Amino acid sequence: MKVAVVVFPGTNCEQDVVHALRALGGTAELVWHGDADLAGADGVVLPGGFAHGDYLRTGAIARFSPVMTAVDRLAAAGRPVLGICNGFQVLCEAGLLPGALVANRDLRFICRPVHVRVESTASILTAAATVGDVLRLPLNSYEGNYTASAAMLGELAATDRVVLRYCDPCGAVTEEANVNGSLDAIAGVANAAGNVAGLMPHPERASDEILGSTDGVVVLESFLIALRLAAVR
Amino acid sequence: MRVVVSITRKDGLSDPEGATTAKALRQLGYPVGEVHFGRTITLEVDAADAAAARAAATDMCTRLLANPVIEDFTVFVSEGEAVR
Repeated sequence: MKVAVVVFPGTNCEQDVVHALRALGGTAELVWHGDADLAGADGVVLPGGFAHGDYLRTGAIARFSPVMTAVDRLAAAGRPVLGICNGFQVLCEAGLLPGALVANRDLRFICRPVHVRVESTASILTAAATVGDVLRLPLNSYEGNYTASAAMLGELAATDRVVLRYCDPCGAVTEEANVNGSLDAIAGVANAAGNVAGLMPHPERASDEILGSTDGVVVLESFLIALRLAAVR
Repeated sequence: MRVVVSITRKDGLSDPEGATTAKALRQLGYPVGEVHFGRTITLEVDAADAAAARAAATDMCTRLLANPVIEDFTVFVSEGEAVR
């Protein structure tokens, strides 16, 4: 059971993700964006960074990288596909996830721990968590402000696909806690099948005591569990 | 053929830069309503005529240059003289 962690030019969180997945017992390997296949991987993570310099729009160029054809195929086969931060932006641009990520409300780069509340456990992102759980995860982005059409927002809510919302430490979703101004305070969403998901905060940076939080472990565990379940299906 | 593509934020999406600029313009006494920031991209397109250049640029916008979730685009084609 292998996870491919894709490296685009400008990706900078790939080693963190590989390290965190291996620490949880997973098998993870880096795959270059120019490769046409995912080296036999059963699941894929698109990690954070600045793919192709974030030129044009975040993720706009990356979605046409050769490897994305293989990511599409894996997603269509029901295998887990996880986008973290820039990877989330790439999945939205690729149309594998709905909506888009635009500049933060206050036009400032945000680099600090935030709290997110688990809203759904129906996807690979939080299957091992409990609805209402509050996770403290580092956020590190300028274009983290989630947006979608009103129709899509309604569909997401009606189909239990809003996975994470920004909240205060007690789990209350407030305007102040919604640090980047995301629509409906959305920090993470999933596709209709639940096997493709993305989030702006970094679970891999909260996966070891030495990092100050282990709240990200449940996210990575959920992904690894989905990986095993999808493979035996 | 030179083609200029104007890409703007969809109406209704927040545009803090535009809102702040609109406020500054009003303070200077200009009768300005909403202000929206966007970007223009100038393309040299190898096309037989203006219609073909327009069609090519529209396709480029749809596939790559604009994101339909958040942006609208307008294509301007020069009929001979360069677009300034």
